[in-house]
Amino acid sequence: MAVRVRVPTPLRRFTAGVDEVSADGTSIKAVIEDLERRHPGMRERLLDEKGDIRRFVNIYLNGDDVRFLDAINSKVKDGDDISIVPAIAGGR
Amino acid sequence: MATTSQSFPRLPADADAGAPAGVRNRVAPLSEVVPVGRADSVLDLVGNTPLLEISRLTAGLIPAGVRILAKLEGFNPGGSVKDRPARKMLEAGIAEGKLKPGKVILDSTSGNTGIALAMLGATLGYPVELVMPSNVSRERKKIVEAYGAKIHYSDPMEGSDGAIIMCRKLLELDPARYFKPDQYNNEANSLAHFETTGPEIWRQTRGQVTHFVATIGTGGTVMGTGRFLKSKNRAVKVIAVEPDDPMHGLEGLKHMASSIVPGIYHERELDDKIQVGTEEAYEIVYALGQTEGILVGQSSGAAMIAALKVARSIREGTIVTVFSDFGDKYLSTNLWIGWQEWRRERLQQVIAKWKKK
Repeated sequence: MAVRVRVPTPLRRFTAGVDEVSADGTSIKAVIEDLERRHPGMRERLLDEKGDIRRFVNIYLNGDDVRFLDAINSKVKDGDDISIVPAIAGGR
Repeated sequence: MATTSQSFPRLPADADAGAPAGVRNRVAPLSEVVPVGRADSVLDLVGNTPLLEISRLTAGLIPAGVRILAKLEGFNPGGSVKDRPARKMLEAGIAEGKLKPGKVILDSTSGNTGIALAMLGATLGYPVELVMPSNVSRERKKIVEAYGAKIHYSDPMEGSDGAIIMCRKLLELDPARYFKPDQYNNEANSLAHFETTGPEIWRQTRGQVTHFVATIGTGGTVMGTGRFLKSKNRAVKVIAVEPDDPMHGLEGLKHMASSIVPGIYHERELDDKIQVGTEEAYEIVYALGQTEGILVGQSSGAAMIAALKVARSIREGTIVTVFSDFGDKYLSTNLWIGWQEWRRERLQQVIAKWKKK
């Protein structure tokens, strides 16, 4: 199950500057685990110690905020688009 | 405005007694801090914000000889500290002939500066256009539009740097049309704080401030205020606060190592820099609401955490920090996702955690 993941600027240091990567998995959780294997350091930025999505991280699955789906357990299928968006814009 | 002597129960009877040598007679009388009761324009209502002593939250957490005072910038007419640099940058632009009738004010901003520019542009009679990432809080977009400004949205994936770059492109397309205050590189930004925030803090603490702690968005607050306070007393420590990671949730703040460094930010002038985590800043926002009765934004939470860290590292002193705005603009943001957990029971745990540290 390959999905496309759009990576925001503050996480591109883990992807060698690339803004879109692919990952495998049947759920958001599995995709994040796969991202961690391919780009170590990503998981800690996305998930807290309990394994929940950090409060200031928004993850969109085909444009929908996964918090309003099944959060970390939201199902993912081949070809889906996932975007990781920091909750803030930075700067003032 | 809480500027009477009652606000400072621990001050000696002679208010100047603690001031550094040579400045005794230059400490302005407190009456100067009383804000105007009537104004011709919102321009005249910028500044002269109160200092609030944070004593309930900090009880038992910091040494008895240390106090933390927060400058409540939410009392500015546009609701944030950004009214100060915005006013100064527009005034400087008019004085230099760069901002004149027919020009449009254009800048990139994730919120508070945009609100300040939109408000001041309205009162001065200039159209305002702002570039901001599309993921800024809904309230901010509405407020800016309510002042009549136009918004250009940049890609949220590119953060504030994406807005800066898009703004440059708009300017290149039609340079004659726009006046760009450019808060990141305009020294009038720092100057606003040198001329207003710094002197206010000096007067309000009667020269007793020992540490100044402020978050970095453009660096204007920490640079300008710090410079003024050091000009009065070189021993004042100036400490900047930034997020602990490029991936953070502290709206308005910049993680310097991973950002376009603002031209007005000069790190060598700082005595120290403290990094703050998003989660601890959010927790203290909840704690401030429930113990001090003050609802602030996430950047004020970061400032408070840093002030607490400084307070716990010294035995005595007067720490002044800046609460950049109030919290009502952030009610729709991630700051308040799952906050119910942090009602009173959890609050005690947050405070207990600090006691153990």
